[in-house]
Amino acid sequence: MQIPYWNKEIETASRQYLEEIQLQRLKETVGWALQTPFYKKKLNKVGISSGDDIKTLEDLKRIPFTTKDDLRQNFPKGLLAMDMKEVVRIHSSSGTTGIPTVIYFSRKDIENWSDLVARSIVATGAVSEDIFQNMMTYGLFTGGLGLHYGAEKVGMTVIPVGGGNTIRQVQIMKDYQTTLVHATPSYLLHIHSILQKNNISLKHLNLHKAFIGAEPHSENTRRKIQELFNIDAYNSYGLSEMNGPGVAFECMYKKDMHVWEDAYIVEIINPETGELLEEQQQGEVVLTNLIRHAMPLLRYRTRDLAFLHSGTCQCGRTHRRLSRIMGRTDDMLIINGVNVFPSQIEEAVMKIPEVGTNYQIYVKKEGAIDKLIVNVEIYSKMFKGTASQLDTLKHKIKEEVKASIVITPKIVLHEPGFLPVSEGKAKRVIDSREAL
Amino acid sequence: MGKQLNIFVENRPGRLESVTQSLLECKINVKAFTLQDRGDYGLMKLIVDQPDRAYLEMANMNFACALKDILTVSIPDQPGNLHKLMTALAQNKINVLDAYGFVLQPEKQGVCCLEIGDIKNTNAKVVVQEAGFVVLDDEELYSL
Repeated sequence: MQIPYWNKEIETASRQYLEEIQLQRLKETVGWALQTPFYKKKLNKVGISSGDDIKTLEDLKRIPFTTKDDLRQNFPKGLLAMDMKEVVRIHSSSGTTGIPTVIYFSRKDIENWSDLVARSIVATGAVSEDIFQNMMTYGLFTGGLGLHYGAEKVGMTVIPVGGGNTIRQVQIMKDYQTTLVHATPSYLLHIHSILQKNNISLKHLNLHKAFIGAEPHSENTRRKIQELFNIDAYNSYGLSEMNGPGVAFECMYKKDMHVWEDAYIVEIINPETGELLEEQQQGEVVLTNLIRHAMPLLRYRTRDLAFLHSGTCQCGRTHRRLSRIMGRTDDMLIINGVNVFPSQIEEAVMKIPEVGTNYQIYVKKEGAIDKLIVNVEIYSKMFKGTASQLDTLKHKIKEEVKASIVITPKIVLHEPGFLPVSEGKAKRVIDSREAL
Repeated sequence: MGKQLNIFVENRPGRLESVTQSLLECKINVKAFTLQDRGDYGLMKLIVDQPDRAYLEMANMNFACALKDILTVSIPDQPGNLHKLMTALAQNKINVLDAYGFVLQPEKQGVCCLEIGDIKNTNAKVVVQEAGFVVLDDEELYSL
Protein backbone atom coordinates (compact mmCIF):
# COMPACT_ATOMS: atom_id res chain seq x y z
CA MET A 1 0.00 0.00 0.00
CA GLN A 2 1.13 3.50 -0.82
CA ILE A 3 1.58 5.37 2.47
CA PRO A 4 0.82 9.07 2.17
CA TYR A 5 3.15 11.48 3.96
CA TRP A 6 3.10 15.24 4.35
CA ASN A 7 6.79 15.47 5.13
CA LYS A 8 8.33 12.07 4.62
CA GLU A 9 11.84 13.04 5.62
CA ILE A 10 10.76 14.21 9.08
CA GLU A 11 8.00 11.67 9.61
CA THR A 12 10.29 8.71 8.92
CA ALA A 13 13.49 10.20 10.36
CA SER A 14 15.83 8.03 12.41
CA ARG A 15 15.74 8.45 16.19
CA GLN A 16 19.22 9.92 16.08
CA TYR A 17 18.21 12.54 13.53
CA LEU A 18 15.05 13.36 15.47
CA GLU A 19 17.07 13.83 18.65
CA GLU A 20 19.48 16.14 16.83
CA ILE A 21 16.55 18.26 15.73
CA GLN A 22 15.11 18.18 19.24
CA LEU A 23 18.36 19.33 20.83
CA GLN A 24 18.87 22.16 18.40
CA ARG A 25 15.27 23.33 18.80
CA LEU A 26 15.32 22.95 22.57
CA LYS A 27 18.35 25.29 22.77
CA GLU A 28 16.47 27.79 20.66
CA THR A 29 13.28 27.43 22.70
CA VAL A 30 15.11 27.88 26.00
CA GLY A 31 16.64 31.03 24.53
CA TRP A 32 13.14 32.33 23.70
CA ALA A 33 11.80 31.32 27.11
CA LEU A 34 14.55 33.28 28.84
CA GLN A 35 12.96 36.41 27.37
CA THR A 36 10.04 35.99 29.78
CA PRO A 37 10.31 37.08 33.42
CA PHE A 38 8.73 33.81 34.49
CA TYR A 39 11.25 31.49 32.83
CA LYS A 40 14.22 33.80 33.39
CA LYS A 41 13.74 33.42 37.13
CA LYS A 42 12.97 29.74 36.96
CA LEU A 43 15.85 28.82 34.64
CA ASN A 44 18.46 31.01 36.30
CA LYS A 45 17.73 29.22 39.55
CA VAL A 46 18.91 25.94 38.01
CA GLY A 47 21.92 27.54 36.37
CA ILE A 48 20.55 28.05 32.86
CA SER A 49 21.05 31.54 31.52
CA SER A 50 21.28 30.90 27.78
CA GLY A 51 20.13 28.30 25.26
CA ASP A 52 23.71 27.11 25.02
CA ASP A 53 23.56 25.87 28.61
CA ILE A 54 21.55 23.01 27.16
CA LYS A 55 24.30 20.66 25.97
CA THR A 56 22.35 17.43 25.55
CA LEU A 57 18.71 16.37 25.73
CA GLU A 58 19.51 15.05 29.21
CA ASP A 59 19.76 18.68 30.33
CA LEU A 60 16.01 18.97 29.90
CA LYS A 61 15.66 17.16 33.22
CA ARG A 62 17.26 20.11 34.98
CA ILE A 63 14.36 22.33 34.00
CA PRO A 64 11.50 22.39 36.53
CA PHE A 65 7.98 21.56 35.40
CA THR A 66 5.53 24.25 34.33
CA THR A 67 1.95 23.89 35.56
CA LYS A 68 -1.43 25.32 34.70
CA ASP A 69 -1.21 27.28 37.96
CA ASP A 70 1.97 28.95 36.70
CA LEU A 71 0.04 30.09 33.64
CA ARG A 72 -2.76 31.44 35.78
CA GLN A 73 -0.50 33.20 38.25
CA ASN A 74 1.32 34.92 35.41
CA PHE A 75 -1.81 35.92 33.55
CA PRO A 76 -2.01 37.65 31.17
CA LYS A 77 1.48 38.30 29.78
CA GLY A 78 4.02 36.74 32.15
CA LEU A 79 4.95 34.00 29.70
CA LEU A 80 4.86 36.05 26.51
CA ALA A 81 8.29 35.87 24.87
CA MET A 82 7.73 38.33 22.00
CA ASP A 83 6.64 41.86 21.52
CA MET A 84 2.85 42.03 21.37
CA LYS A 85 3.01 43.53 17.88
CA GLU A 86 4.49 40.24 16.62
CA VAL A 87 1.53 38.34 18.02
CA VAL A 88 -1.11 37.52 15.40
CA ARG A 89 -3.48 35.32 17.40
CA ILE A 90 -4.66 34.67 20.93
CA HIS A 91 -6.38 31.48 22.03
CA SER A 92 -7.56 30.81 25.52
CA SER A 93 -9.43 28.45 27.76
CA SER A 94 -12.93 29.55 28.68
CA GLY A 95 -11.86 30.56 32.17
CA THR A 96 -15.14 29.36 33.61
CA THR A 97 -13.23 27.73 36.45
CA GLY A 98 -11.14 30.81 37.25
CA ILE A 99 -8.48 32.81 35.44
CA PRO A 100 -8.28 31.79 31.77
CA THR A 101 -5.22 30.12 30.30
CA VAL A 102 -4.07 32.31 27.44
CA ILE A 103 -1.76 31.29 24.59
CA TYR A 104 -0.07 33.66 22.10
CA PHE A 105 0.93 32.85 18.54
CA SER A 106 3.24 34.64 16.11
CA ARG A 107 2.63 34.35 12.36
CA LYS A 108 5.33 31.69 12.17
CA ASP A 109 3.82 29.83 15.13
CA ILE A 110 0.48 29.60 13.33
CA GLU A 111 2.24 28.34 10.20
CA ASN A 112 4.13 25.70 12.17
CA TRP A 113 0.99 24.58 13.92
CA SER A 114 -1.01 24.41 10.67
CA ASP A 115 1.77 22.33 9.20
CA LEU A 116 1.56 19.82 12.06
CA VAL A 117 -2.21 19.61 11.61
CA ALA A 118 -1.78 19.09 7.86
CA ARG A 119 0.70 16.32 8.61
CA SER A 120 -1.80 14.72 11.00
CA ILE A 121 -4.62 14.90 8.45
CA VAL A 122 -2.55 13.33 5.69
CA ALA A 123 -1.39 10.56 8.04
CA THR A 124 -5.01 9.34 8.32
CA GLY A 125 -5.18 8.94 4.55
CA ALA A 126 -7.38 12.02 4.05
CA VAL A 127 -6.72 13.81 0.76
CA SER A 128 -7.19 17.19 -0.87
CA GLU A 129 -10.38 15.91 -2.58
CA ASP A 130 -12.08 15.46 0.80
CA ILE A 131 -15.06 17.64 1.70
CA PHE A 132 -14.31 18.51 5.32
CA GLN A 133 -17.04 19.64 7.67
CA ASN A 134 -15.47 21.06 10.80
CA MET A 135 -17.99 20.66 13.63
CA MET A 136 -15.67 21.87 16.37
CA THR A 137 -16.37 25.22 17.95
CA TYR A 138 -14.56 28.12 16.32
CA GLY A 139 -13.30 30.99 18.44
CA LEU A 140 -10.99 31.04 21.42
CA PHE A 141 -11.09 27.25 21.58
CA THR A 142 -8.28 25.81 19.43
CA GLY A 143 -10.18 22.80 18.09
CA GLY A 144 -12.06 24.66 15.37
CA LEU A 145 -9.46 26.99 13.86
CA GLY A 146 -6.61 24.50 14.36
CA LEU A 147 -8.09 21.87 12.08
CA HIS A 148 -9.42 24.54 9.73
CA TYR A 149 -5.97 25.91 8.93
CA GLY A 150 -4.44 22.45 8.56
CA ALA A 151 -7.23 21.28 6.30
CA GLU A 152 -6.91 24.30 4.02
CA LYS A 153 -3.20 23.68 3.86
CA VAL A 154 -3.87 20.13 2.66
CA GLY A 155 -6.20 21.66 0.07
CA MET A 156 -9.44 20.08 1.22
CA THR A 157 -12.78 21.79 0.75
CA VAL A 158 -13.42 23.14 4.21
CA ILE A 159 -16.91 23.81 5.56
CA PRO A 160 -16.39 25.91 8.69
CA VAL A 161 -19.78 25.21 10.21
CA GLY A 162 -18.58 25.09 13.82
CA GLY A 163 -20.37 23.35 16.67
CA GLY A 164 -24.04 22.81 17.36
CA ASN A 165 -27.26 23.10 15.35
CA THR A 166 -27.48 19.43 14.53
CA ILE A 167 -30.31 19.64 12.01
CA ARG A 168 -28.29 22.13 9.99
CA GLN A 169 -25.15 19.98 10.30
CA VAL A 170 -27.03 17.03 8.82
CA GLN A 171 -28.49 19.19 6.02
CA ILE A 172 -24.99 20.41 5.14
CA MET A 173 -23.65 16.87 5.19
CA LYS A 174 -26.32 15.96 2.64
CA ASP A 175 -26.07 19.10 0.50
CA TYR A 176 -22.30 19.09 0.05
CA GLN A 177 -21.77 15.33 0.41
CA THR A 178 -19.33 15.79 3.25
CA THR A 179 -16.71 13.00 3.33
CA LEU A 180 -14.89 13.91 6.53
CA VAL A 181 -15.96 15.46 9.83
CA HIS A 182 -14.16 16.66 12.93
CA ALA A 183 -16.18 16.47 16.16
CA THR A 184 -16.21 15.23 19.72
CA PRO A 185 -17.20 11.57 20.04
CA SER A 186 -20.28 12.47 22.06
CA TYR A 187 -21.45 14.91 19.40
CA LEU A 188 -21.14 12.27 16.67
CA LEU A 189 -23.25 9.90 18.76
CA HIS A 190 -25.79 12.68 19.14
CA ILE A 191 -25.84 13.28 15.38
CA HIS A 192 -26.54 9.62 14.84
CA SER A 193 -29.55 9.75 17.13
CA ILE A 194 -30.85 12.75 15.15
CA LEU A 195 -30.40 10.85 11.88
CA GLN A 196 -32.45 8.01 13.30
CA LYS A 197 -35.11 10.25 14.73
CA ASN A 198 -35.58 11.96 11.39
CA ASN A 199 -35.36 8.72 9.45
CA ILE A 200 -32.37 9.91 7.44
CA SER A 201 -30.57 6.96 5.90
CA LEU A 202 -26.79 6.85 5.70
CA LYS A 203 -27.30 6.35 1.96
CA HIS A 204 -28.05 10.05 1.64
CA LEU A 205 -24.70 10.91 3.20
CA ASN A 206 -21.23 10.39 1.80
CA LEU A 207 -19.29 10.19 5.04
CA HIS A 208 -16.07 8.15 5.09
CA LYS A 209 -14.00 9.42 7.97
CA ALA A 210 -14.14 11.29 11.25
CA PHE A 211 -11.51 12.88 13.41
CA ILE A 212 -12.60 12.58 17.02
CA GLY A 213 -11.02 14.34 19.95
CA ALA A 214 -11.30 17.01 22.64
CA GLU A 215 -12.64 14.53 25.16
CA PRO A 216 -11.22 11.25 26.44
CA HIS A 217 -13.10 8.27 25.07
CA SER A 218 -12.71 4.52 25.09
CA GLU A 219 -11.93 2.14 22.25
CA ASN A 220 -15.52 0.91 22.61
CA THR A 221 -16.82 4.40 21.86
CA ARG A 222 -14.66 4.62 18.73
CA ARG A 223 -15.87 1.20 17.62
CA LYS A 224 -19.46 2.26 18.17
CA ILE A 225 -19.03 5.42 16.08
CA GLN A 226 -17.35 3.44 13.29
CA GLU A 227 -20.15 0.89 13.25
CA LEU A 228 -23.02 3.36 13.48
CA PHE A 229 -21.79 5.50 10.59
CA ASN A 230 -19.85 2.80 8.76
CA ILE A 231 -16.75 5.03 8.70
CA ASP A 232 -13.17 5.13 10.01
CA ALA A 233 -12.70 7.28 13.11
CA TYR A 234 -9.27 8.58 14.11
CA ASN A 235 -8.29 9.66 17.59
CA SER A 236 -6.67 13.05 17.95
CA TYR A 237 -4.78 14.65 20.83
CA GLY A 238 -3.90 18.21 21.60
CA LEU A 239 -4.35 20.96 24.14
CA SER A 240 -4.29 24.71 23.73
CA GLU A 241 -1.15 25.03 25.86
CA MET A 242 0.58 23.00 23.14
CA ASN A 243 -1.16 24.92 20.28
CA GLY A 244 -4.23 22.72 20.11
CA PRO A 245 -4.98 19.70 17.92
CA GLY A 246 -2.04 18.22 16.05
CA VAL A 247 0.18 17.27 19.00
CA ALA A 248 -0.48 13.58 18.35
CA PHE A 249 -2.73 11.87 15.83
CA GLU A 250 -3.55 8.38 14.71
CA CYS A 251 -2.31 7.28 11.32
CA MET A 252 -4.37 5.09 8.99
CA TYR A 253 -3.52 2.02 11.11
CA LYS A 254 -5.34 3.52 14.12
CA LYS A 255 -2.98 1.97 16.67
CA ASP A 256 -2.45 4.92 19.03
CA MET A 257 -1.31 8.43 18.20
CA HIS A 258 2.05 9.46 16.76
CA VAL A 259 3.46 12.37 18.77
CA TRP A 260 5.23 14.77 16.39
CA GLU A 261 8.56 14.59 18.15
CA ASP A 262 10.31 17.17 15.99
CA ALA A 263 7.83 19.72 17.40
CA TYR A 264 7.29 18.41 20.94
CA ILE A 265 9.37 16.60 23.51
CA VAL A 266 7.11 14.17 25.31
CA GLU A 267 7.83 12.71 28.72
CA ILE A 268 5.69 10.55 31.00
CA ILE A 269 6.07 11.10 34.72
CA ASN A 270 4.73 9.74 37.97
CA PRO A 271 2.24 12.51 38.83
CA GLU A 272 3.02 12.31 42.53
CA THR A 273 6.79 12.12 42.58
CA GLY A 274 7.64 13.74 39.25
CA GLU A 275 9.92 10.80 38.50
CA LEU A 276 10.31 9.92 34.80
CA LEU A 277 8.60 6.71 33.73
CA GLU A 278 9.62 4.18 31.12
CA GLU A 279 7.75 3.47 27.91
CA GLN A 280 4.59 1.39 28.46
CA GLN A 281 4.19 2.81 31.97
CA GLN A 282 1.15 4.94 32.47
CA GLY A 283 1.61 8.37 33.97
CA GLU A 284 1.10 12.07 33.37
CA VAL A 285 1.99 13.43 29.93
CA VAL A 286 4.55 16.26 30.07
CA LEU A 287 5.19 18.27 26.89
CA THR A 288 7.71 20.85 25.76
CA ASN A 289 7.06 22.88 22.63
CA LEU A 290 10.00 23.14 20.29
CA ILE A 291 8.59 25.43 17.62
CA ARG A 292 6.49 28.09 19.33
CA HIS A 293 8.28 31.37 19.66
CA ALA A 294 5.61 33.69 21.08
CA MET A 295 4.93 31.54 24.12
CA PRO A 296 7.26 28.60 24.67
CA LEU A 297 6.30 26.19 27.43
CA LEU A 298 8.92 23.91 28.94
CA ARG A 299 7.99 20.59 30.56
CA TYR A 300 4.32 21.50 30.79
CA ARG A 301 2.28 19.15 32.96
CA THR A 302 -0.83 18.34 30.94
CA ARG A 303 -2.64 16.40 33.72
CA ASP A 304 -3.55 13.82 31.06
CA LEU A 305 -2.76 10.21 31.86
CA ALA A 306 -1.39 7.94 29.13
CA PHE A 307 1.63 5.87 28.19
CA LEU A 308 4.15 6.01 25.37
CA HIS A 309 5.46 3.25 23.17
CA SER A 310 8.02 3.00 20.41
CA GLY A 311 8.26 0.10 18.06
CA THR A 312 7.69 0.26 14.36
CA CYS A 313 4.34 1.27 13.01
CA GLN A 314 3.17 -0.25 9.73
CA CYS A 315 2.94 3.27 8.33
CA GLY A 316 6.72 3.67 8.56
CA ARG A 317 6.59 6.71 10.83
CA THR A 318 9.26 6.70 13.51
CA HIS A 319 7.62 9.13 15.91
CA ARG A 320 6.64 7.32 19.09
CA ARG A 321 3.00 6.72 19.89
CA LEU A 322 0.86 7.89 22.76
CA SER A 323 -1.93 5.68 24.08
CA ARG A 324 -5.46 6.95 24.41
CA ILE A 325 -5.90 9.32 27.33
CA MET A 326 -6.86 7.09 30.25
CA GLY A 327 -7.98 9.86 32.55
CA ARG A 328 -6.84 13.09 34.13
CA THR A 329 -4.72 13.55 37.23
CA ASP A 330 -7.37 15.97 38.46
CA ASP A 331 -9.91 13.14 38.34
CA MET A 332 -7.95 11.34 41.00
CA LEU A 333 -9.68 10.98 44.35
CA ILE A 334 -7.71 10.44 47.53
CA ILE A 335 -9.88 8.32 49.78
CA ASN A 336 -8.46 7.68 53.23
CA GLY A 337 -5.01 8.22 51.76
CA VAL A 338 -5.46 5.81 48.86
CA ASN A 339 -5.37 7.11 45.28
CA VAL A 340 -8.43 6.13 43.35
CA PHE A 341 -9.30 6.88 39.74
CA PRO A 342 -12.98 6.86 38.84
CA SER A 343 -12.08 4.80 35.76
CA GLN A 344 -11.01 1.93 38.06
CA ILE A 345 -14.41 1.95 39.70
CA GLU A 346 -16.15 2.19 36.32
CA GLU A 347 -14.27 -0.81 35.02
CA ALA A 348 -15.12 -2.89 38.08
CA VAL A 349 -18.80 -1.93 38.06
CA MET A 350 -19.40 -2.17 34.32
CA LYS A 351 -18.18 -5.73 33.95
CA ILE A 352 -21.14 -6.98 36.01
CA PRO A 353 -24.03 -7.84 33.69
CA GLU A 354 -26.78 -6.96 36.20
CA VAL A 355 -25.56 -3.36 36.26
CA GLY A 356 -27.18 -0.87 33.90
CA THR A 357 -25.36 1.83 31.92
CA ASN A 358 -25.43 4.43 34.65
CA TYR A 359 -23.53 4.74 37.90
CA GLN A 360 -22.31 7.51 40.18
CA ILE A 361 -19.45 7.83 42.63
CA TYR A 362 -20.06 9.78 45.79
CA VAL A 363 -17.44 10.59 48.42
CA LYS A 364 -18.22 12.11 51.79
CA LYS A 365 -16.76 12.54 55.26
CA GLU A 366 -18.13 10.54 58.14
CA GLY A 367 -16.32 12.00 61.12
CA ALA A 368 -12.66 11.78 60.20
CA ILE A 369 -13.20 8.91 57.78
CA ASP A 370 -13.82 9.19 54.04
CA LYS A 371 -16.75 7.15 52.82
CA LEU A 372 -17.02 5.96 49.25
CA ILE A 373 -20.51 5.32 48.00
CA VAL A 374 -21.15 3.84 44.59
CA ASN A 375 -24.66 4.35 43.28
CA VAL A 376 -25.56 1.77 40.70
CA GLU A 377 -28.64 1.36 38.56
CA ILE A 378 -29.71 -2.20 38.08
CA TYR A 379 -30.30 -3.51 34.58
CA SER A 380 -34.00 -4.32 34.41
CA LYS A 381 -33.62 -7.21 31.95
CA MET A 382 -31.29 -9.07 34.31
CA PHE A 383 -33.60 -8.85 37.31
CA LYS A 384 -34.97 -12.21 38.39
CA GLY A 385 -37.34 -10.95 41.05
CA THR A 386 -35.76 -12.15 44.26
CA ALA A 387 -34.36 -10.15 47.13
CA SER A 388 -31.51 -12.62 47.48
CA GLN A 389 -30.38 -11.82 43.93
CA LEU A 390 -30.21 -8.16 44.88
CA ASP A 391 -28.27 -8.91 48.05
CA THR A 392 -25.85 -11.09 46.10
CA LEU A 393 -25.46 -8.43 43.43
CA LYS A 394 -24.71 -5.78 46.01
CA HIS A 395 -22.10 -8.00 47.57
CA LYS A 396 -20.57 -8.84 44.18
CA ILE A 397 -20.22 -5.16 43.19
CA LYS A 398 -18.68 -4.40 46.55
CA GLU A 399 -16.13 -7.18 46.17
CA GLU A 400 -15.26 -6.20 42.58
CA VAL A 401 -14.68 -2.56 43.52
CA LYS A 402 -12.74 -3.54 46.61
CA ALA A 403 -10.51 -5.87 44.60
CA SER A 404 -9.76 -3.04 42.20
CA ILE A 405 -9.12 -0.11 44.56
CA VAL A 406 -8.56 -1.75 47.99
CA ILE A 407 -11.21 0.47 49.57
CA THR A 408 -14.49 -1.05 50.67
CA PRO A 409 -17.32 0.97 49.18
CA LYS A 410 -20.93 1.16 50.21
CA ILE A 411 -23.03 0.05 47.28
CA VAL A 412 -26.49 1.50 46.79
CA LEU A 413 -28.73 -0.14 44.23
CA HIS A 414 -31.12 2.09 42.33
CA GLU A 415 -34.05 1.54 40.06
CA PRO A 416 -33.35 1.93 36.34
CA GLY A 417 -33.57 5.59 35.36
CA PHE A 418 -32.92 7.00 38.83
CA LEU A 419 -29.50 8.51 38.21
CA PRO A 420 -29.26 11.64 36.04
CA VAL A 421 -28.69 10.89 32.36
CA SER A 422 -25.38 12.14 31.04
CA GLU A 423 -25.50 14.79 28.35
CA GLY A 424 -22.07 15.29 26.89
CA LYS A 425 -19.59 15.26 29.70
CA ALA A 426 -21.13 13.08 32.38
CA LYS A 427 -20.93 14.16 35.99
CA ARG A 428 -20.22 10.81 37.56
CA VAL A 429 -18.17 11.87 40.56
CA ILE A 430 -19.50 13.92 43.44
CA ASP A 431 -17.02 14.76 46.16
CA SER A 432 -18.89 16.42 49.01
CA ARG A 433 -15.70 16.69 51.10
CA GLU A 434 -14.64 19.73 49.07
CA ALA A 435 -17.45 21.76 50.54
CA LEU A 436 -16.22 21.28 54.10
CA MET B 1 -50.10 -22.42 40.86
CA GLY B 2 -50.18 -18.70 40.25
CA LYS B 3 -47.94 -15.87 39.18
CA GLN B 4 -46.83 -13.04 41.39
CA LEU B 5 -45.27 -9.83 40.09
CA ASN B 6 -42.14 -8.81 42.00
CA ILE B 7 -40.90 -5.23 41.54
CA PHE B 8 -37.63 -3.75 42.75
CA VAL B 9 -38.30 -0.49 44.59
CA GLU B 10 -35.90 1.81 46.32
CA ASN B 11 -36.60 2.64 49.93
CA ARG B 12 -37.46 6.31 49.65
CA PRO B 13 -40.61 8.41 49.55
CA GLY B 14 -42.63 8.27 46.38
CA ARG B 15 -41.38 5.00 44.98
CA LEU B 16 -44.49 2.99 45.85
CA GLU B 17 -46.58 5.79 44.49
CA SER B 18 -44.75 5.56 41.16
CA VAL B 19 -45.57 1.83 41.04
CA THR B 20 -49.24 2.35 41.84
CA GLN B 21 -49.42 5.25 39.39
CA SER B 22 -48.02 3.06 36.63
CA LEU B 23 -50.37 0.20 37.49
CA LEU B 24 -53.25 2.63 37.33
CA GLU B 25 -52.15 3.86 33.91
CA CYS B 26 -52.18 0.29 32.59
CA LYS B 27 -55.49 -0.44 34.33
CA ILE B 28 -54.10 -3.31 36.36
CA ASN B 29 -56.13 -4.33 39.39
CA VAL B 30 -54.23 -5.32 42.52
CA LYS B 31 -55.66 -8.27 44.44
CA ALA B 32 -53.06 -8.52 47.18
CA PHE B 33 -49.61 -7.18 47.86
CA THR B 34 -46.82 -7.18 50.35
CA LEU B 35 -43.57 -5.30 50.71
CA GLN B 36 -40.29 -6.91 51.66
CA ASP B 37 -37.78 -4.57 53.26
CA ARG B 38 -34.04 -4.99 52.58
CA GLY B 39 -32.67 -1.73 53.94
CA ASP B 40 -31.91 0.63 51.04
CA TYR B 41 -34.36 -1.16 48.83
CA GLY B 42 -37.20 -3.56 48.92
CA LEU B 43 -39.35 -5.83 46.83
CA MET B 44 -42.99 -5.18 46.18
CA LYS B 45 -44.86 -8.44 45.57
CA LEU B 46 -48.25 -8.25 43.95
CA ILE B 47 -51.05 -10.50 42.90
CA VAL B 48 -52.86 -8.79 40.07
CA ASP B 49 -55.69 -9.59 37.73
CA GLN B 50 -53.47 -9.89 34.63
CA PRO B 51 -49.93 -10.77 35.67
CA ASP B 52 -48.45 -11.36 32.20
CA ARG B 53 -49.68 -8.07 30.83
CA ALA B 54 -48.74 -6.25 34.04
CA TYR B 55 -45.21 -7.59 33.76
CA LEU B 56 -44.81 -6.49 30.14
CA GLU B 57 -46.21 -3.03 30.78
CA MET B 58 -44.12 -2.44 33.87
CA ALA B 59 -40.93 -3.75 32.22
CA ASN B 60 -41.65 -1.43 29.31
CA MET B 61 -41.81 1.47 31.73
CA ASN B 62 -38.32 0.44 32.83
CA PHE B 63 -39.21 -1.07 36.19
CA ALA B 64 -36.92 -3.88 37.27
CA CYS B 65 -39.52 -6.60 37.74
CA ALA B 66 -40.08 -10.31 37.30
CA LEU B 67 -42.84 -12.91 37.53
CA LYS B 68 -42.51 -15.60 40.18
CA ASP B 69 -44.46 -18.84 40.56
CA ILE B 70 -46.33 -19.11 43.82
CA LEU B 71 -48.61 -21.66 45.43
CA THR B 72 -51.88 -20.16 46.63
CA VAL B 73 -53.77 -22.25 49.10
CA SER B 74 -57.31 -21.72 50.27
CA ILE B 75 -57.55 -22.23 54.03
CA PRO B 76 -60.70 -22.34 56.12
CA ASP B 77 -60.60 -19.43 58.56
CA GLN B 78 -60.52 -21.38 61.80
CA PRO B 79 -57.84 -21.85 64.48
CA GLY B 80 -55.24 -24.49 63.69
CA ASN B 81 -55.55 -24.61 59.92
CA LEU B 82 -52.43 -22.60 59.22
CA HIS B 83 -50.57 -24.90 61.57
CA LYS B 84 -51.95 -27.91 59.76
CA LEU B 85 -50.65 -26.52 56.45
CA MET B 86 -47.22 -25.80 57.86
CA THR B 87 -47.02 -29.25 59.43
CA ALA B 88 -47.69 -30.87 56.09
CA LEU B 89 -44.96 -28.80 54.43
CA ALA B 90 -42.50 -29.41 57.26
CA GLN B 91 -43.04 -33.16 57.28
CA ASN B 92 -42.27 -33.24 53.59
CA LYS B 93 -39.18 -31.03 53.99
CA ILE B 94 -40.55 -28.32 51.72
CA ASN B 95 -38.85 -24.99 52.28
CA VAL B 96 -40.88 -21.81 52.26
CA LEU B 97 -38.93 -18.77 51.07
CA ASP B 98 -41.60 -16.22 51.65
CA ALA B 99 -45.25 -16.29 52.55
CA TYR B 100 -48.16 -14.08 53.35
CA GLY B 101 -51.83 -14.62 53.98
CA PHE B 102 -55.09 -12.84 54.28
CA VAL B 103 -58.69 -13.53 55.16
CA LEU B 104 -61.12 -13.44 52.30
CA GLN B 105 -64.37 -14.14 54.11
CA PRO B 106 -64.16 -13.92 57.93
CA GLU B 107 -64.62 -17.29 59.62
CA LYS B 108 -64.97 -18.95 56.24
CA GLN B 109 -62.02 -18.58 53.89
CA GLY B 110 -58.48 -17.33 54.03
CA VAL B 111 -55.70 -17.55 51.46
CA CYS B 112 -52.05 -18.35 52.00
CA CYS B 113 -49.54 -17.45 49.26
CA LEU B 114 -46.35 -19.47 49.39
CA GLU B 115 -43.09 -18.87 47.59
CA ILE B 116 -41.32 -22.18 47.57
CA GLY B 117 -37.71 -22.78 46.55
CA ASP B 118 -37.41 -24.58 43.21
CA ILE B 119 -41.17 -24.94 43.17
CA LYS B 120 -41.39 -26.84 39.87
CA ASN B 121 -39.26 -29.67 41.19
CA THR B 122 -41.12 -30.25 44.44
CA ASN B 123 -44.35 -32.04 45.09
CA ALA B 124 -45.58 -29.10 47.15
CA LYS B 125 -48.90 -28.91 45.38
CA VAL B 126 -49.64 -32.60 45.96
CA VAL B 127 -48.55 -32.37 49.59
CA VAL B 128 -50.90 -29.48 50.20
CA GLN B 129 -53.79 -31.18 48.46
CA GLU B 130 -53.22 -34.44 50.32
CA ALA B 131 -53.37 -32.48 53.57
CA GLY B 132 -56.92 -31.56 52.60
CA PHE B 133 -56.43 -28.01 51.24
CA VAL B 134 -57.63 -26.56 47.99
CA VAL B 135 -55.01 -25.02 45.74
CA LEU B 136 -56.46 -22.08 43.86
CA ASP B 137 -56.11 -22.28 40.11
CA ASP B 138 -55.04 -19.24 38.11
CA GLU B 139 -58.50 -18.10 37.31
CA GLU B 140 -59.69 -18.28 40.90
CA LEU B 141 -56.62 -16.43 42.06
CA TYR B 142 -56.72 -13.54 39.61
CA SER B 143 -60.45 -13.00 40.10
CA LEU B 144 -60.34 -12.99 43.90
